Amino acid sequence: MNWYDEIKGRIFNIQRFSIHDGPGVRTIVFLKGCVLRCRWCCNPESQSREIETMVSDGKAKTVGQDITVREVMQEVIRDMPYYRRSGGGLTLSGGECLCQADFSAALLAAAKDMGINTAIESTACMEFDVIEKLLPYLDLYLMDIKHMNSEKHKEFTKRDNKLILENAAKLAVKAKKLIIRVPVVPTFNDTEEEIGDIARFAAGLPNVKEIHLLPYHRLGQGKYEGLGREYSLKNIEPPNREHMERLARAAEKTGLYVQIGG
Amino acid sequence: MSYKIVDLPKPERITRMIDRMFDHMPEIEADRAVLLTESYKQTEGEPVILRRAKAFEHILKNIPITIRDEELIVGSNAKTARGCQVFPEFSFEWLESEFDTVATRTADPFYISDETKKTLHEVYKYWKGKTTSELATAYMAPETLTAIEHNIFTPGNYFYNGVGHVTVNYAKILKSGYKGIIAEAEAALKKLDFGDEDYARRNSFLNAVIISCKAAIAYAKRYSLLALELAEKETNPERKEELKEIASNCMNVPENGAKTFFEACQSFWFVQMLLQIESSGHSISPGRFDQYMYPYFKNDLDKGLITYEKAQLLMDCIWVKLNDLNKVRDAASAEGFAGYSLFQNLIAGGQDRFGVDATNDLSFMCIQATMHVRLPQPSFSVRVWNGTPHDFMVKAAELTRTGVGLPAYYNDEVIIPALISRGLTMEDARDYNIIGCVEPQKAGKTEGWHDAAFFNMCRPLEMVFSNGMEGGVQVGVKTGEVENMTSFEQFYDAYKQQMNYAIKLLVNADNAIDAAHAKRCPLPFLSGMVEDCIGRGKSVQEGGAIYNFTGPQGFGIANMADSLYAVKKLVFEQKKFTLSELKDALKHNYGKGEANAANIEGITALIAKQLKDSGVTINRDVVESIYNEVKKNSGNADNNVNSKYVEIKELIDEVPKFGNDITEVDEFARDVAYTYTRPLETYKNPRGGIFQAGLYPVSANVPLGAQTGATPDGRYAYTPVADGVSPSAGKDVKGPTASANSVSKLDHFIASNGTLFNMKFHPSALQGKSGIESFITLIRGYFDQKGSHMQFNVVSRETLRDAQAHPEKYKSLVVRVAGYSALFTTLSRSLQDDIINRTEQMNF
Repeated sequence: MNWYDEIKGRIFNIQRFSIHDGPGVRTIVFLKGCVLRCRWCCNPESQSREIETMVSDGKAKTVGQDITVREVMQEVIRDMPYYRRSGGGLTLSGGECLCQADFSAALLAAAKDMGINTAIESTACMEFDVIEKLLPYLDLYLMDIKHMNSEKHKEFTKRDNKLILENAAKLAVKAKKLIIRVPVVPTFNDTEEEIGDIARFAAGLPNVKEIHLLPYHRLGQGKYEGLGREYSLKNIEPPNREHMERLARAAEKTGLYVQIGG
Repeated sequence: MSYKIVDLPKPERITRMIDRMFDHMPEIEADRAVLLTESYKQTEGEPVILRRAKAFEHILKNIPITIRDEELIVGSNAKTARGCQVFPEFSFEWLESEFDTVATRTADPFYISDETKKTLHEVYKYWKGKTTSELATAYMAPETLTAIEHNIFTPGNYFYNGVGHVTVNYAKILKSGYKGIIAEAEAALKKLDFGDEDYARRNSFLNAVIISCKAAIAYAKRYSLLALELAEKETNPERKEELKEIASNCMNVPENGAKTFFEACQSFWFVQMLLQIESSGHSISPGRFDQYMYPYFKNDLDKGLITYEKAQLLMDCIWVKLNDLNKVRDAASAEGFAGYSLFQNLIAGGQDRFGVDATNDLSFMCIQATMHVRLPQPSFSVRVWNGTPHDFMVKAAELTRTGVGLPAYYNDEVIIPALISRGLTMEDARDYNIIGCVEPQKAGKTEGWHDAAFFNMCRPLEMVFSNGMEGGVQVGVKTGEVENMTSFEQFYDAYKQQMNYAIKLLVNADNAIDAAHAKRCPLPFLSGMVEDCIGRGKSVQEGGAIYNFTGPQGFGIANMADSLYAVKKLVFEQKKFTLSELKDALKHNYGKGEANAANIEGITALIAKQLKDSGVTINRDVVESIYNEVKKNSGNADNNVNSKYVEIKELIDEVPKFGNDITEVDEFARDVAYTYTRPLETYKNPRGGIFQAGLYPVSANVPLGAQTGATPDGRYAYTPVADGVSPSAGKDVKGPTASANSVSKLDHFIASNGTLFNMKFHPSALQGKSGIESFITLIRGYFDQKGSHMQFNVVSRETLRDAQAHPEKYKSLVVRVAGYSALFTTLSRSLQDDIINRTEQMNF
């Protein structure tokens, strides 16, 4: 019996054999609840902390379940042979795992006790003392920075970027490893200037060497309908390969290693 | 061993050679049958082993020979590319009765001219009553013949054909040539004493070996002369030189040891093709080509006699030639082995006799050759162990990504201990290669009888429900009416009794066929290249090999695991319905009727699809013949859809299934597999070896599924049964790692004749470096958990479109979505379209 075993949290999915959110083969646990409301969000069912009903392929499906750390880890441990071979492990995603910081810290601690790599995919939009709860058990912080202009940030995500940028500076020093990720969303941040601004900020952070540009996709669109919500980005096209490469070149000028996709 | 990786482009010559090879329909030729019969008529009354040798000699002396355009490695069994000879000594009636349909049939059609039909018709008159299949039938118990008739198992492969399924000691021929074998046989003859009790057998056998080897040498010299003749006439100076070199090669090998890599390639080829003139057995497997060829390559390289380009070209030529050989099978077997496949398994990588990694330059060049030719032959495999270089895994994964379905991956960490448990020495076990599909053996020392029969594990369960009766005939044993069974243990025990009985009959069938081969078709040429035939003075068919096995393959484990588990849960634990109600539901095919018209169409489409996936060209005639076959097997139409049956099916569908990483179900499946593997290993064969189980179906799970009624796992009648040790199609819905974990929980060691685990991937899942790396991780992770074999079907966008139309058949299809891989059918329609469109932009 470990201290964390019976800690409960609310998740909506466990995705095995994932490879783009941290090193190696990983299991991603998606936590429910988020502080932002990004218009492009591909997991709209993750945003509310409440358990919801979503229609998927004509069938009503309950989204969200309360589960203990022990139960989650029973699922995570099943792919141990693959983590061992690839240096993979557990990634917390969401939603925003910081909304359930004690549960998240417990999951990460459990993973470290199993000897596997840990990562979170996070907005870092939270008081820093909350974030600090996770850091002792965290190998990799995949942190989103979406825009340097606070107003535009607020227009598209419902929150300004002040706290996020402050936390980035702190995490650069305190997290074991920090990688900055940018969702590239047409009409929001897909100009060379905007991406270049983010890359310059990231390059200025101590210890940060890597930035990922994640092209916008509409894979979540169907879910908005399933939740009875409006998808406000209906009319935008995913950025094409050439454009992504142009943006990558703009970001590379800062000296960072730039990767398109996760 | 260190290695160098040289990725060379595909030579244009290879493209041209392949185009020519496939520009016509394969044809049946009569030359061998005619010559064989002529010889047999002249040797009536002589010892059979000498008759075989003399017939082989007569054939090789007179059969037409040909050198095809641009060939560097020569020697063809038929005048036309991909043509085939026939082998009436094993059986002939089936071909005669299929003369008029063989060109238009479902699987693997062959052209046959009227003249050939006439010639063969004449030849066949001699063979009536003289074949191995007729003798085998006479040897079998009547109960066995009944079981075969009712498709409990199908020993058709060796019943109607030669055995094949062997890897000879290629290294020995490369090193000392047939001269070396002759010298060995002569030395053994000298040691014979007139007073020896087995003088007669030994003397005939050794003389037969000598005659066969001399015949092979003389045959090569015919090619040498033909090459010289062609060189005379050749106007292109480059080709002229090539032909002269070919002539020189064929003059030296396979009589003597090979001096160069080029000669070694030619020598290898003569061994490979001549084995397939002596007998019709398929799965004559080249085995560890990268190991026995390496010394010749290295020597040439060190002396500056060869470039990587030339070596690659020669290997590519061999790869093409392996597709030149062909074989006509009866219609039913052709479906079981669909795709004209000869299963000439060639394997690269792994460890050497001393446990050291053996990956070398040629291992990589073997992969490269397979990338160049992109043909079904050789059945290309790689050995993987903890010491396998990552480079090699990456190169193999890149081949998988091309979508050819090759290579198959084999786990040394399971196969070596499994073979040791069957009595191989540590060194021999480490030196294993694969025969045919998935069957391991030690080359040059084994008569493994690997593909001894298809055993359908679903049929004994049908026998439980019918108390052993079928169509008024007692096929199984009497285990009592299911209506009277009161516990799951009782039901499971009845299944085990039916299994044990069917397994015993299977052994009876295999041993009868085995004895018939020893009596009527011992093979002296093959036996000279398998230890310790010369020492023991007898052929492999009579027990001359050091290691002897019989390996019939069971399939339908997933169906039986899911079926028995559903019965346990729903009938006995939850009491949702009774065995009697289940029996009724099965009889009525879960309310679908015993098969109505729509159902027949559905089944036909499914079978056609599966055949297409295995490389068979599907046209209207093919579809029509499948349709008729399904209709024939489906009984009367019954459109009474009974909601009770549908309800039972729905309850069954809700029960957890094998393949989803659910410990309880997986452990249950492990136990169910033992109902086949454990009884089987208690039996012996006439060559002094034991039976060992394989768990793989080749492609027989489709046609034999068409002979199987509805099963309690919710499977409809006549649909395919599960493939190998893989979960039932569409039942594993938790992704590739969950599926692999489940399968790894079976006991792969006891199934020492091989297990087969098929996985489907979309090319997107192998995209980029991270795709390749995660794919390798999947193999490594499965192998760490002691899985034995893995192969991958990388599916196309046509398949994805089909998956949209028929999602029920593709529930376990993995695609790369965004940052992760997911099950295709769980995605929304729009996302599916997105992925399909994305695929069209991808190029590999």
